[in-house]
Amino acid sequence: MIKLFIEINHVQKQYADKNNHQVDILKDINLGVNKGEFVSILGPSGCGKSTLLSIVAGLTPATGGEILVSRKRIEKSGKDRGMVFQQAALFPWLNVLENVIFPLKKEMPKKQAEEQAKKYLQMVQLSNYLSHYPHELSGGMQQRVAISRALAMNPDILLMDEPFGALDEQTRSRLHDQLETIWSETQKTILFVTHSISESIKLSDRIVVMGIKPGVILKDIKVDIPRSRHEHKKEMVELEEYIMGFLKKEIDKVIREELTHES
Amino acid sequence: MNPNIKRILFFTVLIAFWYTGSKLEWWLPIILPAPEKVLEALLTGFQDKTLVYDLIASFKRLAIGLGLSLVIGTGLGVLLAKSKTADETLGTVVLALQSVPSIIWLPLAIMWFGMNEKAVIFVVVLGGTFVMTLNIRVGIKNVSPLFIKAAKTMGVNGWDLYKRVIFPAAIPYVVTGSRLAWAFAWRALMAGELLSTGPGLGYTLRYASDFGDMALVIGVMIIIGFIGTIVDQLIFQRIEKSVLNRWGLES
Repeated sequence: MIKLFIEINHVQKQYADKNNHQVDILKDINLGVNKGEFVSILGPSGCGKSTLLSIVAGLTPATGGEILVSRKRIEKSGKDRGMVFQQAALFPWLNVLENVIFPLKKEMPKKQAEEQAKKYLQMVQLSNYLSHYPHELSGGMQQRVAISRALAMNPDILLMDEPFGALDEQTRSRLHDQLETIWSETQKTILFVTHSISESIKLSDRIVVMGIKPGVILKDIKVDIPRSRHEHKKEMVELEEYIMGFLKKEIDKVIREELTHES
Repeated sequence: MNPNIKRILFFTVLIAFWYTGSKLEWWLPIILPAPEKVLEALLTGFQDKTLVYDLIASFKRLAIGLGLSLVIGTGLGVLLAKSKTADETLGTVVLALQSVPSIIWLPLAIMWFGMNEKAVIFVVVLGGTFVMTLNIRVGIKNVSPLFIKAAKTMGVNGWDLYKRVIFPAAIPYVVTGSRLAWAFAWRALMAGELLSTGPGLGYTLRYASDFGDMALVIGVMIIIGFIGTIVDQLIFQRIEKSVLNRWGLES
């Protein structure tokens, strides 16, 4: 058997709604990720993809199943899994450099922490903004700081929860290129949650498509388009149409269900 | 027009009216003494050092009282934010106490501590504590869950989470709480001094009133108002503004 880096085994998440009915958010999720792989988790709103990422991060407990990283069961959050959220979540009382030093502070001498932080800020091309405060930066810049903060603790895994969802199209596209470069330089394993089909095709090695009610994995698609992918527009468009058609059926199903519920 | 020029014009007109009215005896000096009499009373007060001692005495009580109320208020606020039981029981009491002027405690305080400084300081402490408590409570409860999640993924937990994330994130509320605590404490102090014993600005105010020295009464009132405005506008509002701006909370 091939040894997988991340193993998600039979993960369940339920919660009690206001009528005290158990609702499945995630149902029997099984997923394996190899070291260094870039995997997108794609699905419509409400499919539980962010919840799944949060469980991997150790922020939300699963109600069933287990997650193993390097064969070790995950109990809580830790520095081996860096996370980037849709909002940058930078601390407003710290400047850019101090924000990136934040996770390193207790680990190494100040000087070393500062050098490491600067290295990752350079990676996202923000070396000129070290003493700026978050409120002085644009959304895209804030998100780049958040990415370098997550990278600075040198995690094995980078978890990204719709990190570019709140940004405009041009900024997003530039950050895609930057992320791809960072990924190839650092060899991180990336789990990337998105609802954008084109984003997932552009970036990932594999796309895990999820469906709703309950959240299940519908399909695991290998993206066999060589990088850099903007030279292969045709294949990208074909794959996008294929996934779009597939997801449409899924969404139609939910709308039908909602209509029958109402009537 | 520059707002400062507007203000200067406004006060000039006001004082001119006051001066003219006094000169033409539109009212009796015992109702409202002439501005130059008030100025004279103030100058005499400062020359013979009565007002200087009053200011020192008042500020000493304020410093002790406000200091204590900020410390106690912060402690209580953290407790209410963290313990649901405390919030549901003690929290109700704090809300009730916040809604009454702290000066109503003075008769009781005089029975407990005697007719002295301690009674006044007690009233000042009660004046500032609860508004600080409520602000700290809200400040801690309002810390963005995203900050806490982000900190956890960076391996920060327990006490460190408080020290490095929750307290700094609550600083805007600390500033607002302190500003309001100061305002309540200052009012409580003046009321307490007025009804208690001297030296102190409030005491001198009553003393002057007892002897019909209305010029000094108005002089002390002006000092009280002046100090209140300076501290609020020049100190607290500036700090508050820059903190809100940095924390990205300014609307």
